[in-house]
Amino acid sequence: MDNGYAIETRGLNLWYGDFQALFDVDLGVKKGIITSMIGPSGCGKTTLLRTCNRINERLGYVRTTGNVFVLGHDIFADDVEIVQVRKEVGMVFQRPNPLPISIRDNVLFGFRLHEARMRKVPAGEEAAVLESALRQVLLWDAVKDRLDQPATGLSLEEQQKLCIARLLPVKPEVLLMDEPCSALDPAGTEAVEEMIWQLRGDYTILIVTHNMAQARRASDECVFMLLGKIIEHGRTEEVFLNPLNSETADYIEGRYG
Amino acid sequence: MSHPRDRTGVMDRRDLAWYADRCAQVLIFAGGISAIVFIIGIFVFVTREGLGFVFGPLDLGQFFSSIEWRPTSDNPGYGALALMVGTLSVTGLAMLFSVPLSLGAALYIGEFAKGKTREALKILVEMLAAIPSVVWGFVGMSIMNPLIIQVFDVPVGLSALNAGIILGLMAAPIMTTIAEDALKAVPDSYREAAEALGATRWEVILKVVIPASKNGLVAAVLLGVGRGFGETMAVLMATGHSINIPTSPFDGVRALTATIASELGDTATGSPHYGSLFTLGIFLFVVTFLINLTADLVVKGIRKK
Repeated sequence: MDNGYAIETRGLNLWYGDFQALFDVDLGVKKGIITSMIGPSGCGKTTLLRTCNRINERLGYVRTTGNVFVLGHDIFADDVEIVQVRKEVGMVFQRPNPLPISIRDNVLFGFRLHEARMRKVPAGEEAAVLESALRQVLLWDAVKDRLDQPATGLSLEEQQKLCIARLLPVKPEVLLMDEPCSALDPAGTEAVEEMIWQLRGDYTILIVTHNMAQARRASDECVFMLLGKIIEHGRTEEVFLNPLNSETADYIEGRYG
Repeated sequence: MSHPRDRTGVMDRRDLAWYADRCAQVLIFAGGISAIVFIIGIFVFVTREGLGFVFGPLDLGQFFSSIEWRPTSDNPGYGALALMVGTLSVTGLAMLFSVPLSLGAALYIGEFAKGKTREALKILVEMLAAIPSVVWGFVGMSIMNPLIIQVFDVPVGLSALNAGIILGLMAAPIMTTIAEDALKAVPDSYREAAEALGATRWEVILKVVIPASKNGLVAAVLLGVGRGFGETMAVLMATGHSINIPTSPFDGVRALTATIASELGDTATGSPHYGSLFTLGIFLFVVTFLINLTADLVVKGIRKK
């Protein structure tokens, strides 16, 4: 089933214990573009994002109904391997979370996990994969001489770029980003945004942000959520210039947040 | 108080609260340094009683290389090798048994168990640490002893193996608790990152959690070893207490600690026998001190990073 959507949800409801966080969410995220999700705190945008790779289930008290399709596959189906889902769908977190190992080992962590299950990887290939991933996130020149130093010694901006770089070697289709710039200063935000923009086309990117300007600058389509429901979804300039819904207009103009 | 510029006003502040505050300060300070005072005091006492013997009649070469421990004989021998090997073999067997058990328990409690199961297990493990060692010795004598005779078809069940198992069980709670603390100190963001990259739960533990908590786990094992070295009563009861270099786990052995406990009451203060037992004490003190110090430094190593 290929309808041009990388991620599609149908009638998705989600509960944390007794609290319902998502109501009947129907969303289609088109392939190859950047889609931003905006809305006030607690509106469910991060929850929706974290459902797309089933990382939400770590909490243990999460219950969902409805369907989520990633590249046409129902990720809640019984025969789905969660490891495969997470290979197709990479995730970047709010705070950069490099593992306490070297830069090299961080970038190759996922690659080694997935490739080592199937075959033995020659050292030369690892080096090429490493360089290509770091080049894609514009980090290669900054770290090429200290690949064996701990990744936790990098600046926050570099750490976040590294966290994106380590997703790329397993060739995901979709990148989920949960406020990737919220821990960074303005210069770092700009640098990471620029980098994300460069990834456009190669990957489908779904990005949650609190930053209106970022959503406006850095996305093709925009989803506005409120109280667990999708209120509006359209081309970013349409949503910002001619919102169909008064709640969207109020939020964008900063009347509540 | 009515004249704010009056310099004697400073003295007026020494009221009851001021003295109470002072007293509390002194008391807390005394409490704080008492640990240091006690440890230095014990060290001074043990060395004072033992050093005269160490630099007097004792032949250090014989002490470390001979197995002839006959302090009460007409031709006395003070070779502690068999006792050291006894302590080492029992501790070694205990660790063989206890390290996998404790690390497994810590991994289960820290990474897998949830909610009530987890809390119940933690409390039970801590309760295990509260069982008096003489009770463990009793278990060694009256339960393990016949069990070993029956299962392995050996004539005597009081042996290095018996004491090793008992000691392993005794060291397990502290090792489990400390190892679990080390696992808990690994930030959850590491686990989440690895899971989001497609690692299975087992891969997360093996490739992220254990490497990140390595220092704490090593410290846990070292503290368990220290516990094993110092344990006396259970070892006295379960080893068979026979001076012997063991050739199999079923041989009886005798530990350093058990030797001191069983013989010190029969010696005359200041006699060579008395001095020789204090020499064993100095040796034990130094070894356990070094083990605990290493464990401490290893733990500090994590915090620096």
